[in-house]
Amino acid sequence: MELYKLTVHEAVDLINKKEVTYQQIVQSALQQIHEVDKDVKAFITLTDERALEDSRQLDAVKADEEGLSVLAGIPFGVEDNICTQGVRTTCASKMLDNFVPPYSATAFSRIARQRGVLMGKLNTDEFSMGLTTETSYFHETRNPWDLNRIAGGASAGAAAAVAADEVFYALATDTGGSLRRAAAFCGVVGLKPTYGMVSRYGVISSGSSMDQVGPIAKNVKDCALVFQAIAGSDKADPMTATARVADYVGALADDIKGLRIGLLRECFDKGIDKDVKEAVLNAAKTLEGLGAHVEEISLPSVELAPAAHCVILSAEVSSNLGRYDGIKYGYRVERCQDLDDLYKKTRTQGFGDEVKLRVMLGTYALSAGNYERYYLQALKVRTIIKAELEKAFEKFDAVVLPTCSTTAWKFGDKVDSALAMFLADKYTAPASIAGVPAITIPCGFDVNGLPIGMQLMGKPFSEATLLRIAFTFEQNTDYHIKRPAIDWR
Amino acid sequence: MKYEVVIGLEIHAELSTQSKVFCGCSTKFGAAPNTQCCPICIGMPGVLPLINKKALEYTIKAGLALNCSIARYTKMDRKNYFYPDLPRACQISQYDMPVCQNGYLDIVVNGSTRRIGINRIHLEEDAGKLLHDQYADSTLVDLNRSGVPLIEIVTEPDLRSAEEAKVFLETLRTILRYIDVSDCKMEEGSLRCDVNISIRPEGQKEFGVRTEMKNLNSFRAVYRAIEYEANRQIAIMEEGGTVLRETRRWDEGAGKSFSMRAKEHAQDYRYFPEPDLPPIEIDDEWVEEIRRQIPELPDQKRRRYVEEYGLPEYDAGILTSSKDLADYFENCVKLYENPKAISNWLMGDFLRLVNEKNIEISDVPVTAENLVKLLKLIDSKVISGPIAKTVFEEMFNTGKDPEAIVEEKGLKQITDRDELVKVIKRVLEENPKSVEDYKKGKKKALGFLVGQTMKATRGKANPQLVNEILLEELEK
Repeated sequence: MELYKLTVHEAVDLINKKEVTYQQIVQSALQQIHEVDKDVKAFITLTDERALEDSRQLDAVKADEEGLSVLAGIPFGVEDNICTQGVRTTCASKMLDNFVPPYSATAFSRIARQRGVLMGKLNTDEFSMGLTTETSYFHETRNPWDLNRIAGGASAGAAAAVAADEVFYALATDTGGSLRRAAAFCGVVGLKPTYGMVSRYGVISSGSSMDQVGPIAKNVKDCALVFQAIAGSDKADPMTATARVADYVGALADDIKGLRIGLLRECFDKGIDKDVKEAVLNAAKTLEGLGAHVEEISLPSVELAPAAHCVILSAEVSSNLGRYDGIKYGYRVERCQDLDDLYKKTRTQGFGDEVKLRVMLGTYALSAGNYERYYLQALKVRTIIKAELEKAFEKFDAVVLPTCSTTAWKFGDKVDSALAMFLADKYTAPASIAGVPAITIPCGFDVNGLPIGMQLMGKPFSEATLLRIAFTFEQNTDYHIKRPAIDWR
Repeated sequence: MKYEVVIGLEIHAELSTQSKVFCGCSTKFGAAPNTQCCPICIGMPGVLPLINKKALEYTIKAGLALNCSIARYTKMDRKNYFYPDLPRACQISQYDMPVCQNGYLDIVVNGSTRRIGINRIHLEEDAGKLLHDQYADSTLVDLNRSGVPLIEIVTEPDLRSAEEAKVFLETLRTILRYIDVSDCKMEEGSLRCDVNISIRPEGQKEFGVRTEMKNLNSFRAVYRAIEYEANRQIAIMEEGGTVLRETRRWDEGAGKSFSMRAKEHAQDYRYFPEPDLPPIEIDDEWVEEIRRQIPELPDQKRRRYVEEYGLPEYDAGILTSSKDLADYFENCVKLYENPKAISNWLMGDFLRLVNEKNIEISDVPVTAENLVKLLKLIDSKVISGPIAKTVFEEMFNTGKDPEAIVEEKGLKQITDRDELVKVIKRVLEENPKSVEDYKKGKKKALGFLVGQTMKATRGKANPQLVNEILLEELEK
């Protein structure tokens, strides 16, 4: 049996029936990694020995009939900007090439405590800044559906690894759409939770006011399982103080009758691929067919989201990345004349171009005279978007929109078009900037057979509703079942 | 032309919380380098700050003691700059919404009261320390101090002389110690002060161009630096020059200040709201609870000492200059009805020995009970005043009970008239010259004879009785 192809709940079933061992599951996933990752290149660091040892121990425990939780023994991966104690965490940057954190991110710890098996650390754009992993210091991750194409970004490693069945699920971060876009491009499910729902402790900051950890999974049920494990307040992240956790797995009913769903008109006017538009509009019809009230809604302020997001993110990045100065840890230039020279050379050599661009943009946006013009203005836009969404959610249980205006493009295609890159965030930035939850699920394929993602946004802490809508859609369609079917060699 | 000096102070005081402001590390002074650090206070990637509620409480307490209004809604901000002692390359501080605003502090200079405005007090974190002298060619970083909570107190430009600045600092220090939020040790760096100075022709309303003086490590340095800087600016004006807006560094050894950087090179700190910490809400109830914890402050205490105990202003000022001393005084007053006698002892031998031995008042081994016992021994004429000084010194050294010391060393006063008459007769016999002098009208000779009598009794004679008997004998 190809165990690596299973979903989490299918694997758990087999384990409980004693038809397979933990070691068999982990070995199967490892075999798949060895088979495909030379092409997909999802991993930066592989923790195969540790994974095998973990599974051996779990089998020993299971023999003693000790109760283990659902995620025990299930192979997963973690985006490489999430700290894992004792395992190198690079942020895909030369700056942290040799950084081994002495602590773990809370989200990871919560899975580790359930004895999930870490397979390794997954590729991302440098400090999660990028759309393609072309800014990764290590390599580019390729889309399992077409190796000539990007797998999204920054969370490409996480999405590609799940799509290629290298891991059962992954933890990734989303600051402006990273997790959702990569999941959509790779035809898997990705949830960006409400800001403050999952602890950011141990997540290497990029845009602190928007960074969120979420699951990427093969289907909605797995997504809910993983989210349940990582959600909830954490003393180490003061922003999680008001988190309200629900029973997400329990919420997965195949029933959306009477739910009110808004279809975001602004997304379908211009600048969207024909196939994507059709697929998402079809999906909306499907939802309607399943009993939801679907109605068009206009949210004019979302058009401003990418610009405001860009300013806020750059500002926070410029400050958050100040700590990489060659003094305490990470990369340090070998020869320098004085302190200024040490700073300049270390940061010039340690960071890639995209990061430098962001740091400069953010420094500019926060500097005297520009603060009011850019940063403060962006905060005002954020307030407007939040208010507009809040109002929309008085009427609607969720808003439907595409995750991205296109499907995965070919490497090198958009490198010269900074604006196109910037606009790739346009459908994902609103949820990030407003701090509301959003889920992406597969809802079709384009003319090239590439997956298309539908996005559902909800009000803060409405993850259970979003998961229920996504689950119902999934139960009544089969887009999520199709896996990449290309020749690996 | 006559000039007026205009001074504003920026004071940093380390708060005496047990742990740092954004993590649980100890704030204890003097530990081995980098032994009181964790991933948060050394700026490791991914970790997040957590605000220490105690530090916020202390900030509010300082604000209340300095008559400030306390914000009900505030936030922390980031101040961005690169320096090796600042591990995150940004300091968590407060920019436009400080915890405390619009306060004042009354100071008494040359007998008159001056009200000095407090512009703001905000909470922030301290940076680490650079050690330049440990190895020949390198600078080392010690991050023990990184994340220690600080309050920055900014005054209005209301001070008009070096003397006023010094008195302000002394008064402020006394208050911060009274309310127990900072130990204010300038030598350990837990109190630091920057001075803004400008001058203007007397009568002019507009302020002159100000300079900022840094690296002032003692009250004396603050005083000297202001004198120096005011004179420097006046000299420039007299010569028809212009004072530059700049930051200057005080060199205590040279007794001079030097230009550090001009205003146009001032850093742009790119403040913005700290995205890792939620805004802070402070409710009335909490503020009132903190207000209730504030003890009677030195100014009120001083006035009370004058009214209630009939002490001179001078005594009241000294006794209230430290909370420990005032507490000591009040403990004594509870047990003894003569406040002035207590005051005399405290201001005299007590403080003399505290200073000589350079110890804290809280470490003085003499209890209030024992000091009062000593005073009662004098009152009941068991010992003489001069002997009491000896006994007190012994108490101060050993912490022993005064009665035990008197017993042990045989220091009881001689009050037996017959015994003293015998001694005095002998003294008169041994000093015929002095007797003759006295009889010729040299009254000073009496003092000498008293001294000789005291010497003969090793100080134990009752001085009044000695006087009485001597006069009797000399008149015979």
